[in-house]
Amino acid sequence: MDPTAADAGTRRGGTRVRTVRVVVTLKPGVLDAPGQAIRRGLHALGHAEVEEVRAGRYFEIDVAEGGDLDHLVREMCEGFLANPLIEQYRYEVV
Amino acid sequence: MEVGVVVFPGSNCDRDTYHVLREVLGYRAHYVWHEERSLDGLDAVVLPGGFSYGDYLRAGAIAAVSPVVRALRPFVDRGGAVLGVCNGFQVLLEAGLLPGAMLPNLGGEFRCEFVHVRVERVDTPFTCLLPPGAVLRLPIAHAEGRYYADAATRARLARHRQVVFRYCDPSGRVTEAAVPNGALDAIAGVASPDGAVVGLMPHPERASEEILGSTDGRRIFESLASWVRSRTAGAKGAVR
Repeated sequence: MDPTAADAGTRRGGTRVRTVRVVVTLKPGVLDAPGQAIRRGLHALGHAEVEEVRAGRYFEIDVAEGGDLDHLVREMCEGFLANPLIEQYRYEVV
Repeated sequence: MEVGVVVFPGSNCDRDTYHVLREVLGYRAHYVWHEERSLDGLDAVVLPGGFSYGDYLRAGAIAAVSPVVRALRPFVDRGGAVLGVCNGFQVLLEAGLLPGAMLPNLGGEFRCEFVHVRVERVDTPFTCLLPPGAVLRLPIAHAEGRYYADAATRARLARHRQVVFRYCDPSGRVTEAAVPNGALDAIAGVASPDGAVVGLMPHPERASEEILGSTDGRRIFESLASWVRSRTAGAKGAVR
């Protein structure tokens, strides 16, 4: 695949593509053990000024244009990319 | 008794489970590929441990949308029993067949050791031969076993008696030190309200032969056989 195809508005096979950037993190109040381990690692490297680290996952999703993109992204996030019991998500459309 | 052992890409306890069911206990075990859509002819299905789909996204999340897992709901509705072990438990949670979610272990470690669990509920296909409060010695091997439920889910768990196993000390006392992963309320295993679907983090298939240090896991599979026998006898007036 053409690596530049992820750019907003690029035509691929005649279809316009939008790129959605999704970030999933644990909900506030759910203890983030990986984030704490990473914070300890940063402290071990001498970055004593680091107070808090929250770990998460990042997705870039190319979606063919057409239809309700917000609805589609919410559906993908709430049904699969994030587990609503423990995680929250935010996204932006590029 | 016909038992299916599901094989996902990345399962690594499927052969152990098949070995115990077939060679150690003499049941009719069958591998079931993750793309299978029909579970006809099976009395029970085991989702084994491992790292299905490399644990990508979240442990069990991708397996949860596979054809075989989608077939589990109608299978359970028809009276089938389902056991999820370790990653299999994570799959059942992600699929919504059991309530709650798994978080990375408190402390961030992969924990691989023998633990003790207390049997909290004995009217399930997988615990029906055990006395209430029985203590089993079983091994765990997981990085994401910190069971979590929000307040509403926790209340439902209590209302429907859905906690089946709790981490405990060898004498059966539930203590903070006995919980290897930070699990809420020391929960090691839960069931659906009717008990037909059970998930647990410890590995009964790794504790079913003397040479492996414990045979307590057998009692979970022997319970299943007893449950299937009694159910078949009740339904058809004949013992299989």
